[in-house]
Amino acid sequence: MPDFALAVQALRPQLLRFALAQLRNEAWAEDAVSDTVLAALAKPQAFAGQSQLKTWLVGILKHKLIDQIRRHSREVSATTPDDEEDIDGLLFDDTGHWRSTPAEWGDPEAACGRREFFDVLELCVEQLPGVQGRVFMMREWLELDSAEICKELSITTTNLWVLLHRARLRLQGCLQKHWFGRDHAEASA
Amino acid sequence: MKFFIFRNCREVTELVLAGLDRRLGPVERVAVRLHLQICAACPKFSRQVALMRQALPRWRAYRDGAD
Repeated sequence: MPDFALAVQALRPQLLRFALAQLRNEAWAEDAVSDTVLAALAKPQAFAGQSQLKTWLVGILKHKLIDQIRRHSREVSATTPDDEEDIDGLLFDDTGHWRSTPAEWGDPEAACGRREFFDVLELCVEQLPGVQGRVFMMREWLELDSAEICKELSITTTNLWVLLHRARLRLQGCLQKHWFGRDHAEASA
Repeated sequence: MKFFIFRNCREVTELVLAGLDRRLGPVERVAVRLHLQICAACPKFSRQVALMRQALPRWRAYRDGAD
């Protein structure tokens, strides 16, 4: 069924982009995508036109990404200087008060009704530093719970919570800067 | 573990975010609720977190399904 193989191959660049965003390592991402394509081509009957091809492939990819994370767990959880940055210190003064008050973001439906908002959100997620980005995506994209993430990466829950805390603060700052702090956010509200 | 009920903005922010990944304890929940009633800034942050919480599953669906 060459049409099927072509359709799968056509989605390869998109799968690679997703894999890279999760793993932050080109070689591992290539391996995960190759495994995904091989698995898909080995049993096209499993697809059988259910849902979209992309959705089906992404579902396979997510399993292959977890395999890669497991295989390289030590490197995956090796923090970078950016991961260590004290985001709280930037937001709060020594007495624990906000240096500047958070903004009002308005109705969630106004933002969620805009395609461009999700593109900005995606960019913000992909810009998270190394380990924070990986664990955040394991949580929010691969939909693993805290215990599973700690097990796969052999890190403590305290460790994980610090990483997720910093990732979420960075995401908040990025959305403020690139979406809510701009006029177009209000346009459709 | 802190049992004192009054927390500053930094501590409350931490708890509000932690609530996305674990279930807060009863003392923590009371501390957050109390602080949100007397603080002008943290309720805004809390609403930002609620927005992110609603947006992330939709981002996932958009990302995995859109061509």
